[in-house]
Amino acid sequence: MSIFSKMLLISLMFSITSCTENVLSGSEFNRVPTEVNNLDNPNYFIEVVGSSVFFRTDGSILSKEAKDTLMAQVNWLLINKKTTAIIEGHSDELGTREYNLALGARRAAASRDFLVANGVEVSRLRILTFGKERPAEICSAELCYSKNRRSSTILDR
Amino acid sequence: MNNTNFYFFKFLFSIYLGSLLIIISGDEVASKTLKIEVANGVIEPLPIAIPKFINSGNLNELAKNIAAVVADDLEGTGLFRSISLETKISEPINFDSPVQFSDWKSMNAKVLILGSVEVSGANQISVKFRLFDVFSQVPIQGGLKFSGPEKGWRRIAHKVADEVYSRITNERKYFDSRVAFVAEEGPKNNRQKRLVVMDYDGADQTFLTKKGGALVLAPSFSPDGTKLLFTSYESGLPRIYLLDIGSRKTVLLHEELGTMSFSPRFSPDGRDVVYSLFKDSNTDIYRLNIASNYTSRLTSSMAIDTAPSFSPDGKMVVFESDRSGSQQLYLIASSGGDAKRISFGKGRYGSPVWSPSGDLIAFTKQNNGRFHIGIMRADGSQESLLTASFLDDGATWAPNGRVVMFTRTTPGSGGSSTLYSVDITGRNLKPVRANSSDPTWSNLLN
Repeated sequence: MSIFSKMLLISLMFSITSCTENVLSGSEFNRVPTEVNNLDNPNYFIEVVGSSVFFRTDGSILSKEAKDTLMAQVNWLLINKKTTAIIEGHSDELGTREYNLALGARRAAASRDFLVANGVEVSRLRILTFGKERPAEICSAELCYSKNRRSSTILDR
Repeated sequence: MNNTNFYFFKFLFSIYLGSLLIIISGDEVASKTLKIEVANGVIEPLPIAIPKFINSGNLNELAKNIAAVVADDLEGTGLFRSISLETKISEPINFDSPVQFSDWKSMNAKVLILGSVEVSGANQISVKFRLFDVFSQVPIQGGLKFSGPEKGWRRIAHKVADEVYSRITNERKYFDSRVAFVAEEGPKNNRQKRLVVMDYDGADQTFLTKKGGALVLAPSFSPDGTKLLFTSYESGLPRIYLLDIGSRKTVLLHEELGTMSFSPRFSPDGRDVVYSLFKDSNTDIYRLNIASNYTSRLTSSMAIDTAPSFSPDGKMVVFESDRSGSQQLYLIASSGGDAKRISFGKGRYGSPVWSPSGDLIAFTKQNNGRFHIGIMRADGSQESLLTASFLDDGATWAPNGRVVMFTRTTPGSGGSSTLYSVDITGRNLKPVRANSSDPTWSNLLN
């Protein structure tokens, strides 16, 4: 490989990295609701606030990203005080049926407990586990599994 | 000797015991003919002749069908081979006339089932059979007669096959039994599930819940075979229900605000249920008396405790817990107390089920990215893995403890689940029903 092509490759890698960073900071900025929007826009909560948070294999500990998303949910729920929600816990397919039911429940509870600790009334939140019964993505690879190990906050309408 | 061999030799020994019965009534050569031969670790199935059951002509179709079900039952064990009778010499025409052993010997049959079927009342039939050792030309125990409604002919055929299987292998019976399971339909992310009950061999399937109904999971038979426990999302949340198979009447067993219940199983006397209850942010094992609705808590760890199963004497419960950091199997007295861990091998253990005779526990094991159905002694020793695949789970025991049925799921966006059965030696792995999961095998019917 020539020096020229190596330099080209390095500059390409650099530009890709900086692009990714821009996207990330952009979306985090968007997660903080700045206006009372939105009951009229059912997708606002899902797309902008973020309805799902994700977990490691067998885990139910909230990551930094999960807490950021849940904090955005807190902010939204504190503004829209009449809205109630159900939090669904899910797992990937790699596990026994019964364990995954319990694991989904534990994930849903972790998210609920965070919302409650940050000021959302517990009476507005219910939790539910689907175990591995309702995957968001259906491939049998980590790409999908990482999206299936989740808790999703679904607003009641 | 590895563990698989242990169970295998135990089994061979019982076959030998079966042949001892022949020695009493026949010559010594007989003991050699009725042994199931092993070559290169493969069982050579015992050749068995099952001619159409004798009848006076009016029940010809039924007589043929009964013989076919008996043959399917016996061949399905992997221990017998039904001899094709297309080149038969002469079909027996009289149940009581002397058997022409030379005819059957020339076809290399080692065992002969001679049966008859006749009408014994309005819509009633009687089925008789005799079992013979062809080589030594003697009957293997006495003749037997079963009577019942004509529409129950399959059960009668299963009873005949059970008797033959039991006499030759010295194992307990299991063909006259039923399996309930979950039938699956639709894409992986919106799979529709219904409860179904069928004969153990897949015949006579009856759907117990409606198409388009709530998600249902993991049924479990009552000891008398008339009821099922299962988990349903009927209320929106997973909760445990009791279904009467005959009337389809369904009762919600546990309803408590803010809780979810799942993974229910009967006590051996059918009066109590052990199950998982998610309450106060954690899942523990509880026990409920069906008649009084009295509930007691068996475990109270901070971990996930689930998938409980009673020992057949009702004294103990095996369950899985991740209290050690990963899923492992534990025993606890069925009245509660300290839990004792019994699984110590590599990987994770879940979905334990106690065997009908109490000596073994079947389980799901995850190790190195593979799933296995395995068995171990009830103290956790002598682990033996029976299967290996992308995803095996949900074992249930045949009534005689010789065979385990389970769910095998294939990977990918088009992945589906199939019921499989396997002998506890690890032999005779075979599919039972496609697009199905969570089997529960009944006890032997009465």
